[in-house]
Amino acid sequence: MRTTAFASRNTKEILRDPLTLIFGLGFPLVLLVLLSAINSGIPKEGNVTMFEINNLTPGITVFGLSFLSLFSSMLIAKDRTSSFMLRLFTSPIRPAEFILGYTLPMLPMALAQTAICYAAAVFYGMAFNANVLLAMLVNLPIAVVFISLGLLFGSVLSEKAVGGVCGALLTNLSAWFSNIWFDTSMVGGWFEKAAKLLPFSHAVAAAKAAVAGNYADIMPDLWWVVGYALVLLVAAITVFSVKLKRS
Amino acid sequence: MNAIETKGLTKKYKDITAVNALDLTVREGELYGLLGVNGAGKSTTIKMLSTLTSPTGGDAKVLGHSVKTEAEKVKALINVSPQETAVAEKLSVRENLEFISKIYGSSAKEAREKAGEMIEKFDMEQIAKQKAGTLSGGWQRRLSIAMALISEPKVLFLDEPTLGLDVLARRELWRVIEKLKGKITIILTTHYLEEAEALCDRIGIMAKAQLKAEGTAAELKTLAGTDDFEEAFITIAEEALK
Repeated sequence: MRTTAFASRNTKEILRDPLTLIFGLGFPLVLLVLLSAINSGIPKEGNVTMFEINNLTPGITVFGLSFLSLFSSMLIAKDRTSSFMLRLFTSPIRPAEFILGYTLPMLPMALAQTAICYAAAVFYGMAFNANVLLAMLVNLPIAVVFISLGLLFGSVLSEKAVGGVCGALLTNLSAWFSNIWFDTSMVGGWFEKAAKLLPFSHAVAAAKAAVAGNYADIMPDLWWVVGYALVLLVAAITVFSVKLKRS
Repeated sequence: MNAIETKGLTKKYKDITAVNALDLTVREGELYGLLGVNGAGKSTTIKMLSTLTSPTGGDAKVLGHSVKTEAEKVKALINVSPQETAVAEKLSVRENLEFISKIYGSSAKEAREKAGEMIEKFDMEQIAKQKAGTLSGGWQRRLSIAMALISEPKVLFLDEPTLGLDVLARRELWRVIEKLKGKITIILTTHYLEEAEALCDRIGIMAKAQLKAEGTAAELKTLAGTDDFEEAFITIAEEALK
């Protein structure tokens, strides 16, 4: 009951913030609409497939999930420095319940955000089939990556700082190294290597493979993301617990 | 039974001793005021008693349970209304109350009922659906105290409950606090001396990390040889700081 009550409070705090709707839903949808419009203007002879709806949407859904870090980190950072947290620290809520309470609301939000993006994509001509549902599930590990990063940064940074780190830096880094907006192999060198080392491009590749029905191509990339998700989740829980005790 | 009993309660931060060997007893049902100038150690004392920080020496028992070894049991018996705004801003008044009730173990139905009772008791019917962040300072404090009471605590810590409120809002909160007298044990910290004099059964004055004087407002005035409580506080505090 304590966990669900706390999770419910966190869900309301996040969903009632206009930033959530603007960045979590509005921004990815606007990008989808704009890039689809641009794609329709690209001559077919150019053979540019990056912005075709089946290639574009998996990337947009991953990019949209990067805002989960911003939402969770801002809530945690704000809570941490407020008297409201003092009140909760003197209550019977346990450390594990704090972590679950912050993490659990994010997963349905991630699913809803992805579902809405794919629904928009279907409107723009993407075929709706089981592969779309599979792609939504394939996005869960990268959602955990972003949620964990939010928990991690929210635990150590101030409310002002997380806005910069998660709102600007992380969303940009995850976009640059994801192969969503440009092919990192075209840049080459350390940039391409970094993109291959980080989880973002692997998450996009796995989601694209799911949408295309290339099932054999999903797991090699997805394992990479799952590994990051597990490591970051453990790191986030550890750091959060330590900070909780010190508070 | 004593609601609070501390023996040699000490908190040291590296070279600084915030609370030094505090021996304090608060009786059940008593409204006990903890006064002191800034840095006297009262906030640290409250933090230790409410399990927010562990003592580095001695121990404190809240209704017989050690804050060092039985923090979970202590947490179930107490509640705190912190100094600053301690409400979930984007939740309505009713939602804030139900949330706190649930984390103290109430079912959804019980939480709804208890929230309704608190809304009625604290005359918050007209703001029940309003988001807490949009309330005035006075209403937020009132909600904060209602949130502290919804768990039916045996011991309530009120940390500067009227800080920053206008005279009317402060008097209104005094009435709320007065209604609680005798029903639960209350530890009140305040910088408003008239507040302590008007509300508290007994008052402890802390200075230099120690309890320097204790008694009713009348006893403290006699001790300082003055009819004015503010003068009494100044005399005792200045004497201690020499």
